Amino acid sequence: MTASTDFAGQVVPDSAAISRRFRRQDRLFFLLTLGSATLVVALLLAILVVLAIEAWPTFSTFGLSFLWGTTWSAPRDIYGALPAVLGTLISSFIAMLIAVPLSVGIAVFLTELCPARLRRPLGTAIELLAGVPSIIYGIVGLFVLVPLMQSTILPVLMATVGQLPLIGRLFQAPAPGIGLLTASFVLSVMILPFITAITRDVFNTVPVMLRESAYGMGMTTWEVVRHIIIPYTRLGMVGSIMLGLGRALGETMAVTFVVGSVTRLQTSIISPSTTISAQIANSFGDADGLQLSSLIALGLILFVLSFCVLALAKWLIGRTDSF
Amino acid sequence: MSFMKSILAGTAAIALVSLSGTAFAADVAGAGSSFIAPVLSKWAEGYKAATGNAINYQSVGSGAGIKALLSKTVTFGASDKPMSDADLEKNGVAQFPMISGGIVVTYNIDGVKPGELVFDGKTLADIFLGNITKWNDKEIAALNPGVKLPDQAISVVYRADGSGTTFNFTNYLSKVSADWKSKVGSDTTVDWPVGFGAKGSEGVSTTVNQTAGSISYVEYSYVVANHIGYSKMKNAAGKVVEPTLASFAAAAANADWAHAKNFNEIITDQPGDATWPIAASTWVLMYKKPADAAANADALKFFDWAYTKGQKDATDLNYVAIPDNVAKIVMNAWKSDFGM
Repeated sequence: MTASTDFAGQVVPDSAAISRRFRRQDRLFFLLTLGSATLVVALLLAILVVLAIEAWPTFSTFGLSFLWGTTWSAPRDIYGALPAVLGTLISSFIAMLIAVPLSVGIAVFLTELCPARLRRPLGTAIELLAGVPSIIYGIVGLFVLVPLMQSTILPVLMATVGQLPLIGRLFQAPAPGIGLLTASFVLSVMILPFITAITRDVFNTVPVMLRESAYGMGMTTWEVVRHIIIPYTRLGMVGSIMLGLGRALGETMAVTFVVGSVTRLQTSIISPSTTISAQIANSFGDADGLQLSSLIALGLILFVLSFCVLALAKWLIGRTDSF
Repeated sequence: MSFMKSILAGTAAIALVSLSGTAFAADVAGAGSSFIAPVLSKWAEGYKAATGNAINYQSVGSGAGIKALLSKTVTFGASDKPMSDADLEKNGVAQFPMISGGIVVTYNIDGVKPGELVFDGKTLADIFLGNITKWNDKEIAALNPGVKLPDQAISVVYRADGSGTTFNFTNYLSKVSADWKSKVGSDTTVDWPVGFGAKGSEGVSTTVNQTAGSISYVEYSYVVANHIGYSKMKNAAGKVVEPTLASFAAAAANADWAHAKNFNEIITDQPGDATWPIAASTWVLMYKKPADAAANADALKFFDWAYTKGQKDATDLNYVAIPDNVAKIVMNAWKSDFGM
């Protein structure tokens, strides 16, 4: 806006008519973009309102105890959200734990270390990964990853990490291969290309002068990344991570295939479990009455959860000014 | 975000259904159960060839089919779970059974061949309740003398998504086990005490294949298609029966349809020496006084054709057609229900 007003301001002395036309165009453009922006907010509010109305029977029946209820039984009409909410949070957290360092590593390689000839094919490969439909991840997860988890990865984890004090309990369970950890692995692969692609792009925005000066002063690549690139692109990086987290929280199809859909509360992260989106996808078609309302209440929780995560992230960015 | 996806999918499905209802006035539109979908499309094909009239069916799931009917976007809905008398009354809807089929217990146990094991209702309920946790448990061994059962943990696998298969299977367990009835109950999804879920019948078959020591339940056609382990069952008469189209048909024939109000008869645990105990049906639901009476009449003509000419299609696809005597009772009921 400021730029165009400046521009309009500059041409005022030449001709009043042109200036009026420019202002009209600006006005029109302003209204158009305002309309688009308002539409997003209006849609968001409309969704929130519809969710709240449809979820009301659940909250009026169970009260807030819906949030920490651990039973989900259609025949008895008792519904509780805790297992699904925990499953969503934990699987997204593990997926981020794996995907973020990997993505940043890939982005650093692509922008700083990669030979020019390899840069394009590697970049394209990562973008292609982002274009794979989520059902494909689900099918590959079920047919390839699940047997691998069952035969190799989980037994090794149980024999090693599972023997440690405290966190060992998280890795002890009968392990059919299907489970929360498997879902987290699939999720991490799914969000990896998003975080990588954006992180790479923001790394590329670091001015050559800054970068070259740092190298010129004798910094190692690691030091340049650590002290120049990451601080410079902090906001963009957090943005890319948030985008990945958003996808992880809401991902449905791939997770539904491999998470195991167990609506009981589990003590181990390798056990079959469920997530909010998997629960909704599984039961929505056949649900009616209170169950339908409870599924919508789960949707509302996911909505609020995503919002809180975003808000928390923004707040964190604001708080940590320097790395 | 995922919720929006589901909503979108739902709206898209309903929009599709309503589109087919309005844009092509000549077509009869229906929606619902995925169980009946293959045979219904086969019938529709034959019916179109014979009469030139088209039937448009959307396989969106039983619950969604009923929702589509009640919002009057389709002429008929199809559901694997009958509507209760009260709901039928309230909505002015009538229902009748259209097809039956069998649900088979499937397993993957080291050293045990397909068709080798026998279960009875009580043992099955105990396995799915988590009371029996090993394959060499004496309760299973007592039913299977001569079969070498391994000392292997049982992994229970169930349908994660809402499904008529689950409804009928849990209905059977509720009938044979008071414990199951009070602790778990019966519905299209239940709160399973043990095990884990897989998505869709394909997901269940795959998971059973991949998981050593697993047990689950699927529609018969998936056992035939995937060559996975299946069990024999001891039925209500105490006889051991094989899962075959004949034993499923015996279940449908021995069910007391004539006296069942609103055809609300779930054909699990039925009497008869040859009866397979876990059989299932799909019902068609229609308004008694619809806005578009012509569409209702067209739909009934199609169902009439399916009852009388569609048996072979059903058998080819591993379903059991509704027995002739039951079809007669149904078509008689149409007179009072729909004035046909």
